[in-house]
Amino acid sequence: MSARLVQRPGPAASLVIRGARVLDPAAGIDEERDLVVRDGVVGGEPGGLEVVDAEGMVVVPGFVDPHVHLRTPGREDLEDIATGSLAAAAGGFVTILAMPNTSPVVDTASVLGALLERGEQEAAVRVGFLAAITVGQRGQELTEQAEMAALGAAGFSDDGHPVSDARVMRRALQYQRITGLPLVLHEEDVRLSGTGVAHEGAVASRLGLEGIPSISESVAVARDAALAEYEGGWIHVCHVSAAETVEEIRRAKARGVRITAEVTPHHLALTDEAIVSLDAARHKMNPPLRGDSDRQALREALRDGTLDCVATDHAPHDADEKEVPFEEAPFGITGLETAFAVCNTALVAPGHLPLELLVRRMSADPAAALGLPVPTLVEGAVADVALVDPAARVVVGQDGFQSKSRNSAWLGDELLGRVALTIAGGRIAWRT
Amino acid sequence: MTRRSLLSITDLDRAEIARILRVGNRFAEVMQRDIKKVPTLRGRTIINMFFEASTRTSTSFELAGKRLSADVVNVKGSGSSVEKGETLKDTVITLNSYAPDVLVIRHASAGACQMAARHTDAAVINAGDGKHEHPTQTLLDLYTIEREVGPLDGLHIAFVGDVAHSRVARSGIRGFQMMGARVSLIGPPTLLPRDAEDALGVGTSTDVRDVADADVVYVLRMQLERMGPGGFVPSLREYAMTYGIDHARLRPGQRVMHAGPINRGVEISGELADDPKTLIERQAANGMVVRMAVLYDLLAGPAGGAEPAEAPLGALAVP
Repeated sequence: MSARLVQRPGPAASLVIRGARVLDPAAGIDEERDLVVRDGVVGGEPGGLEVVDAEGMVVVPGFVDPHVHLRTPGREDLEDIATGSLAAAAGGFVTILAMPNTSPVVDTASVLGALLERGEQEAAVRVGFLAAITVGQRGQELTEQAEMAALGAAGFSDDGHPVSDARVMRRALQYQRITGLPLVLHEEDVRLSGTGVAHEGAVASRLGLEGIPSISESVAVARDAALAEYEGGWIHVCHVSAAETVEEIRRAKARGVRITAEVTPHHLALTDEAIVSLDAARHKMNPPLRGDSDRQALREALRDGTLDCVATDHAPHDADEKEVPFEEAPFGITGLETAFAVCNTALVAPGHLPLELLVRRMSADPAAALGLPVPTLVEGAVADVALVDPAARVVVGQDGFQSKSRNSAWLGDELLGRVALTIAGGRIAWRT
Repeated sequence: MTRRSLLSITDLDRAEIARILRVGNRFAEVMQRDIKKVPTLRGRTIINMFFEASTRTSTSFELAGKRLSADVVNVKGSGSSVEKGETLKDTVITLNSYAPDVLVIRHASAGACQMAARHTDAAVINAGDGKHEHPTQTLLDLYTIEREVGPLDGLHIAFVGDVAHSRVARSGIRGFQMMGARVSLIGPPTLLPRDAEDALGVGTSTDVRDVADADVVYVLRMQLERMGPGGFVPSLREYAMTYGIDHARLRPGQRVMHAGPINRGVEISGELADDPKTLIERQAANGMVVRMAVLYDLLAGPAGGAEPAEAPLGALAVP
């Protein structure tokens, strides 16, 4: 079975993007020319179409984010499908997957069905919904996954509440043979994490913060990779943060386990040194920002493909929830609107990663990892296009956010990279 | 104008610490007089906000403010609007509307004072935030060591016990190092912070016999209230056997400190705690004059801008 992706109706886009670098690394396209979109499809005659001047910019396949919290149902004050998907569009994303840790949890076909219906009314870009692995994300009984798969679930995840019982995880991997959908795993041994709030390392030791050790992530990945290998299952590892985890994934891939993995822009860009200001709105998230050697390992692994793709873990929180002592604040920062600019600034501009590879890791690779349609600029494809200006300087939040929340690690900072236009599913979703 | 705050011991440099300790000395002289009150901070307002249990720090801060003639108001976690669910931010904003000069904050969570400082124009003094820092404890410890033992330069101070949960150690390590002392940590491996050598520039040991090398043995309280379930040591009995400090584990001439409150028979034997040669009682007594010096330094000292560095204590003539 495959994910059902929903988007609100709208007029098909028709325009000519003039003078940009057309870059689709997965399809082997890299040339300076016009890109025509006619009736929502790539290609066709440019005659009579609106012209978008894109001198100096780059047209790429739209980005895909497999890890977004839309907070709906239950916390629509933080985000809803309309605002979250518009934030995605503003970040150049054409497809996003929403996590099921909502209130109620997406653990029945009726909750999932209601979300899909709302998505058809509200979503600016294609949205898919992950459903819970276990009822209430309590880690005990499997949800009715065959029914939800038939309805169009994009996969299954207990994100935020890792499945700690190995027997339950094993059953989920066996049951996966019915659904054929990925198990998307927040990997953490919560007993090892305890009441930790920051990476267990030198900075937490100096600040007196309870640590979340790297091994709380890597031992969970080691266990689930072994289970997936034994059952012939398919797992996708969320937001890898630690060098030890990278090694576990590398070893599992080498022995043929079907395992894919994502990494967030913030773990690629920042280290735990950032938390010394104890500003929870910016720097408190789980997994936590880790050490410089971890960051190096993540960058290297994204380059060599051990980590398949970038995912934001966009986690909206309101200012009041976050404006409490660091230890008491909830985990999570927003990410959709800044993902490209952060990666471009931290990885591409200093020469750690070529732009071509970043584009792959944000578009074709996440789509392939999760079994989603791969956006492409090949003639005849449905237009899933982002027009980016990698040289443009933007001050984060200066013009507000499309998201309802503003708990960004880069609030007020200057970054390199602007998204000028997003066409998702053949419809214009964002334009500056 | 936003005032200077004291959130971390590293907000001060060596010269500033030395200045505060000198001022503490002069206040100590004042405390020898019959009338122990001076007009230095008349008309100033200090609000003590203690959201976590405290005897020494809260009492000494209150007395320090009063002996400097400031108006002192105490807000506690229980009995205040915190019990009605008011957030720390809102409490700070409310109290800030009364235009205090200083907020003294004790809180169970690291980062509480940083957050509070974002919402007030008053100087914020960290009187202990979670396991993070307790800078005025370090200042009074430095003051005590200088007076009772000698200059910090070249001294070796060993913290023994529950370093992981100790804000006293966290501030102390850096404060002592700043003044030229060598610091080491001795305790069970489960209660030593990870990467302590690199993170804090200290030596570490899990062998209690290594206290022999120290000039000052600083015994840390087993912070049972911060440990939660699961346990960091098998039992307090075993802890006392392996790491408890008593006379038998000390060599002559070593001085013993403890920030209190004491768990008798756990980290320190009752007999040692009662030995007048330890510095424990001096620490408590010195807390008040050092906190007077801190308040003076923030409000009337050189950076406070009101009076020149050396004059004000001369103007302390009893009214």
